[in-house]
Amino acid sequence: MANNKIEIGFSSDAKKDPRRVVFVTKKTSAKVLGERGPEVMTYPHLLLREAIAFEILVIAMVVIALFWDAPLEQLANPLLTPNPAKAPWYFLGLQELLHFFPPFVAGILIPTLVVLALVVIPYFNVNVEGEALWSRYPSRNLRGVLVTTILVLAFLVFFDAWTIITPTAIVASVLICSYTGRQKTTGWQAALASKPLSWWIMTWFIAVSICLTVVGTFFRGPGWSWIWPWRPHVG
Amino acid sequence: MATNVNALLESLRETKVWKSIFRRGPANSNRTRSLAVFGNLFLHWMPVKVREKALHVRVSYYLGSISFLLFLILSVTGILLMFYYHPAAPNAYRDMKDLQFVVSSGVFLRNLHRLAAHLMVFMVFAHMFHVFYRGGYKPPHEFNWVIGVKLLLVTLFLSYTGYLLPWDQLAFWAVTVGTNIISAMPVIGEKIRFLLLGGHIVGENALLRFYVLHVVILPLAACVLMGIHFWRVQKDGGLTLKAKDSDGK
Repeated sequence: MANNKIEIGFSSDAKKDPRRVVFVTKKTSAKVLGERGPEVMTYPHLLLREAIAFEILVIAMVVIALFWDAPLEQLANPLLTPNPAKAPWYFLGLQELLHFFPPFVAGILIPTLVVLALVVIPYFNVNVEGEALWSRYPSRNLRGVLVTTILVLAFLVFFDAWTIITPTAIVASVLICSYTGRQKTTGWQAALASKPLSWWIMTWFIAVSICLTVVGTFFRGPGWSWIWPWRPHVG
Repeated sequence: MATNVNALLESLRETKVWKSIFRRGPANSNRTRSLAVFGNLFLHWMPVKVREKALHVRVSYYLGSISFLLFLILSVTGILLMFYYHPAAPNAYRDMKDLQFVVSSGVFLRNLHRLAAHLMVFMVFAHMFHVFYRGGYKPPHEFNWVIGVKLLLVTLFLSYTGYLLPWDQLAFWAVTVGTNIISAMPVIGEKIRFLLLGGHIVGENALLRFYVLHVVILPLAACVLMGIHFWRVQKDGGLTLKAKDSDGK
């Protein structure tokens, strides 16, 4: 009964049982925090800026809300399907995917993979330094990029998914342009050549998302056919 | 005039009542300015000092702040809209018509809520992409990035559940199209769709479920996640600054 202390794995008496706090090998150097630079008080410097941002935001939104009415259509009617029936704009990229791929792939597999990819981004410790794609083994990396691009494009051509092919081809050609400009030190080609692979993948993802969303929102009419938004159509 | 107002404010801050409310006098020294932050329940998760460079517009474009401020606007307009709304079919639609023709500034209120909702989805995406390009997900910020992804999903669900509530053709068919996709999930797809809609079609039960999700469950989830998200920004050492931010330009 005397000894009803909670037993833990190690002693909490640091003087008696010193524990290793950091372990420095030859390969890893101890991380040194850089100079943090000059600091200012949160109150008022940050809070004042936040307040100004809030005021500008509210004023702008009130002005827009005065003149731009939220749409309201007829009462919901399960018997009267509009053509096309569209989801909110942020899901129209997915709806555009549904046009090319089977529902399981477009509606479940791709969104799940995108969310998983976003979650694991910080845990992939590949290239933490943000090393440029062409800085080491440029010709080997170029070969890898070309093979991947051709495989992806072939896959997309097989599904006839040309609203994905277009942004993919554009990003791929800019990527290859940056290879030819990798020796330059100034200008846009040098800026692009300094980007790591992760930058290119994210840029490709954003380009495809924007293209799909814009096409789904403005350029799709009855039966998900192509329309020009400035031309009146029967619908 | 301005000096008179300032003098008045100054003397107000010296009063017993002011001190009893804010637990401090005027914030005229760094000690009392620190107190203004960590002595305030709503601000205590913030750092007392921030790096000067982190305040530059180009570092963040205030995208995260704007997303949060939009959430505040949505909470206020949303609560006001709740006073005029019945989550039942077809009353919900009649309430929309009441907002249009009976309630003072009803249309404005709905416009503001809808605008802020769409803007918030856009801003949260913009915030995420901006943080990615700045490398804000790198150690020690890994887990805060994951919380950010969760917040993105909650934002999307919030916006999507709200989309059904007007109960017009636009709302009904947008949700029908969206929830049909869930059925494509093998084995459990139909069951999840049934759970979400409270039936096999988008009907009154679906409206009630979406309403409860929209006004209680998802906002609570968002608040908890935002609390952790903002607090972690401070704990993980503030915004990620790049070497070129030190040019001071």
